[in-house]
Amino acid sequence: MITGILLQTVQTLLSILLAPLLMGWVNQCRAWLQGRSAPPITQPYRTLRKLFNKDAVIAHSASPLFRFAPYMIFACMALAAGLVPTIANDLPFSPAADVIALVGIFALARVFLALAAMDIGTAFGSLGARREMLVSFLAEPALLMVFFTASLISQSTELPIIVQTLAHKDFVIYPSMAFAAVAFWMVSTAENARIPVDNPTTHLELTMIHEAMILEYSARHLALIEWAVALKLFTYSVLGIALFVPWGIAQRGDFAALPLALVAMLAKLLVGGAALSLQEAVSAKVRLFRAPEFLGTAFLLGVLGMLIHFLLEV
Amino acid sequence: MPLTYNLQVINLLAALLLLISFAMLSQRRIAGLITLFAWQGAALSASTAIVAWSTGQHHLYWSAGITLVLKVIAMPWFFYRLIKKLNVDRDVEPMINIPTTMLIGIALVIFAFNLALPISQMSGTVMRSTLGIAMATVLLAFLMMITRSKAIPQVIGFLAMENGLFFAATSATYGMPLVVEMGVALDVLVGVFVLGIFFFQIRETFDSLDLKHMEKLKER
Repeated sequence: MITGILLQTVQTLLSILLAPLLMGWVNQCRAWLQGRSAPPITQPYRTLRKLFNKDAVIAHSASPLFRFAPYMIFACMALAAGLVPTIANDLPFSPAADVIALVGIFALARVFLALAAMDIGTAFGSLGARREMLVSFLAEPALLMVFFTASLISQSTELPIIVQTLAHKDFVIYPSMAFAAVAFWMVSTAENARIPVDNPTTHLELTMIHEAMILEYSARHLALIEWAVALKLFTYSVLGIALFVPWGIAQRGDFAALPLALVAMLAKLLVGGAALSLQEAVSAKVRLFRAPEFLGTAFLLGVLGMLIHFLLEV
Repeated sequence: MPLTYNLQVINLLAALLLLISFAMLSQRRIAGLITLFAWQGAALSASTAIVAWSTGQHHLYWSAGITLVLKVIAMPWFFYRLIKKLNVDRDVEPMINIPTTMLIGIALVIFAFNLALPISQMSGTVMRSTLGIAMATVLLAFLMMITRSKAIPQVIGFLAMENGLFFAATSATYGMPLVVEMGVALDVLVGVFVLGIFFFQIRETFDSLDLKHMEKLKER
């Protein structure tokens, strides 16, 4: 039990500390692919340090919710990161919150972000909040369908049990997971405000979604939100690893496999981050009104994954 | 009952076939459609080869080879040349919008899976459960033919339907006799060339490849 709590703490801290590094890697790859000279991989840490050292400026009309929201969002993301097995498949917290609760935690963070964006009363904040809600209410059912497919295979909605079934039992190819993987990739690009649904670097009022919501934030609040965004990307990445390429995550009680598990996770994140930046380099952002079509496709693929499961795997 | 790895790979390729069918349904550009068609042929050829290897049905190697040469190399190359010559690689607007088409597609998949269930129980092959996917591929290709108004996507839909039928034959009865398959392959090849000539004629007559123009009969 003690080792379980220790592993839980270590994994959560690892996620929180490594998250900006993944963001830095994605930005670096993007810069290389676009032919720019890349910022160092540690740039997000420097940005965070700079922001934490600044004085916060807050609008006169801001309510306490506006100050409170960044802490809430960061706490939600840290909690979500603690629910996903990254290096060891031993998480004592996981019986308390399964994948459906994980979707709920993401939704909670999103609600606070949208409320804080509308709190100031600027046009951009409300616009961003509306768009974010449009995207997320379409992305959420698709994400749930992906989780349902994985849960049907492993007969459980708890992530450690899903990972146990997929990685540590006899190797079986699940065709339904191919559909779920494509759907998950589409949903995670939408949820993390990446191209083709949103552009993380834009400040163009016609197109921005996520950036529009955090325009009013500065200093430590902005730092917490930026960190939470990096953490969200990291959580989605390790979630994808846990669901679709879980091999390498150490079994419960297998401490000798931990160093290898860490190396495996870093390697997978390197590949995943490079793939994400490649997708961002080769594809264009779609119009906002094409986003429902994009996410509708993700949802249909999730449903198809479940149908395929019933046809081929039962 | 755990399945053998061969069968698992076949199931995976069958699922990919269905995935590509859906991708084709949602694809707006003709060049993308041709690439997807080539991938579908590749998945079909690979699954046929694995069936041949795991069951010892040697004539299926020939089928896989013919599929590879015709549908992965020859026809996509021909279509690429055709769209370059006709200069038609623009977005094709389908008659029904794409999300609705996808929803109809899901309904068709459920229908096909239910339809195939009793048939696949009668069949004695190892990969009988993929029959549902084969039927779904046929129906989805049919749907694509219905919802597209341009000539080239319709022909690609027709060829995708042939892919589905081929896969159905393989999964239900380990394929048709080699003579029949050769004949079908030749027919399809000739059909594609004839239709390729038709494209030029249609464009010359109507100044467009939109087949809606052909619905009006003129008597003069």
